[in-house]
Amino acid sequence: MSLPSHRPLLRPGTLVIYALLGFFGLLTLMPFFWMICASLKTPADFFSSQFLPPGDGLFGVGWDRLSLAQYVRLFRELPVPRAMLNSIFLASVGSVFATLFCAAGGYALAKFKFPGRELITTLILGTVVLPAALLLSPKFETLFHLHLVDHYLGIFLPAAAPAFGLYLFRQSMVNSVPADIIESARIDGCGEVRIFFTIVLPLIRPMISAYLVIVFIALWNDFITPQIVLQSPELQPLPLVIFELKGLYGAEYSMIMAGTLVSIAPVMFLFLLLQREFISGLTSGAVKG
Amino acid sequence: MKASRLHSPWTPWLFLAPFLLSFAVFFAWPAVRSLMLAFEQTYGPKTTAFVGLTNLRFLAHDPFLWTAVGNTVVFALAAVLLQIPAALGLALLLNRSDLRGRRFFRLVFFSPSIVGLAFVAIMFSFMLEKRTGLVNGSLHQLFPAWNPDFPWLERYVMPSLVLAQLWISAGFYMVYLLAALQNVPGELLDAANIDGAGPWQRFWHVTLPEIRPVLNIILLLVVTGSFQLFDLPYLLYNDTSGSGPDNHALTVVTYLFQTGFRSGDLGYASAIGWMLTLVLVGFALVQRRLAQRNET
Repeated sequence: MSLPSHRPLLRPGTLVIYALLGFFGLLTLMPFFWMICASLKTPADFFSSQFLPPGDGLFGVGWDRLSLAQYVRLFRELPVPRAMLNSIFLASVGSVFATLFCAAGGYALAKFKFPGRELITTLILGTVVLPAALLLSPKFETLFHLHLVDHYLGIFLPAAAPAFGLYLFRQSMVNSVPADIIESARIDGCGEVRIFFTIVLPLIRPMISAYLVIVFIALWNDFITPQIVLQSPELQPLPLVIFELKGLYGAEYSMIMAGTLVSIAPVMFLFLLLQREFISGLTSGAVKG
Repeated sequence: MKASRLHSPWTPWLFLAPFLLSFAVFFAWPAVRSLMLAFEQTYGPKTTAFVGLTNLRFLAHDPFLWTAVGNTVVFALAAVLLQIPAALGLALLLNRSDLRGRRFFRLVFFSPSIVGLAFVAIMFSFMLEKRTGLVNGSLHQLFPAWNPDFPWLERYVMPSLVLAQLWISAGFYMVYLLAALQNVPGELLDAANIDGAGPWQRFWHVTLPEIRPVLNIILLLVVTGSFQLFDLPYLLYNDTSGSGPDNHALTVVTYLFQTGFRSGDLGYASAIGWMLTLVLVGFALVQRRLAQRNET
């Protein structure tokens, strides 16, 4: 038992810690704030003021000089709505594929004994040492032979089999799916597929939501794979489209920054909603393992 | 077949099949294929010839590769020396039970790692611009002697890349270290406190040994990640396919990508990739050996 200690609410040490946290926090968020300001300003104001343009509004800021014109333009005149839909489709379908494949594979490795299990596990987990870039061109070759180039399946299928995901699900099945529940369901005559979907998956629900977000964000942000696999402009997701806009309209700072913010915002929002699952999913392998 | 088994021997294979099939087609086969390619040379789209170890011999005398290796090593060193202390510092600041707003700050520091690298590259290309950029503008306001036309992207290529990567990664690794710090048993720290150990001694003799396994994992992640640096320089210096001014941004994987996808020499690209794999595996083995020696 520990003795009750009477601490004042704010000790000088605590104040220093808050000051440091505030400073580094501000430093971390500054780029976002700067971009938000820049996306709302006219080109003239962009060059004359660093954050918000001066004026006679509240806090000495010229609020009336800010406008959403660039955001309107992105959605009215430029192929951003299409790219946004592509990104949503790509990331959501892709993350469901990856979660299902990894959960089913992890279940097989964690809850069944069969010849070859150890070999398969070692072989798959061993590939994490291979640099992704090494596999890039032979993977493209394979996609080409399977006629999956310029097709979303060419992104979904390779993204559905990451060794990292299989490992995470295997661990979580070992920890939170008791063998006797599965056995008794079998004795009751429940089919194997039904056991998996109605008994096993609900038991690891936190892991499922964590992994869905992790893969969703990874697919949303990926640039290289869609650049190689998708050639038609109407299939391309946000990173490719915004990056191309920067090449075409590089001097229109406000518009490019608005486009970047519009692309970052959805995953930021998703992360805010599911941050606890996301972070526990990321750290579960490393910290407890 | 054993009588106790209630399921068919095929059941596990049914569940494993989707993963295993895509893994075989999109990972295992490309890996085997790249190993074959490493001993071939590609002339044009359809012609290849077995050239044995020629690719490896060529690697040793390729000045571009050695430029790339030099840049990559410098980046990795800077990453280890900046990212890990920054992550540990932030985690230590947040690791107090009486701290209000801990989840808020954790969120703030972690947020940059959610941003895609294409967007990071766009942000930093604006932020590091002369005069109009956030970095020069702020530095000039804080220190009037700072040159507002400081050429970050043009002449200070490595510092620019290191800075961007620090912004992305510090909060990411902080999350791992914070989780590790929270697993340090409080009784150990209390006991050290009663024995008269100061904060520095408690950190050095109690906390550090407890979080060393996680620090080792992070070191491995930072080093292997840095050696595979590609997206960021490739996107930031897209006009030169990632080479940057005077090849100052050229990394090993950027060079691999350029040889494979721009010049079409898949054989030579694979040889570079396998050399990199050997270096990474070698580093992982040495580090593991050292970590085990430290524990005993």
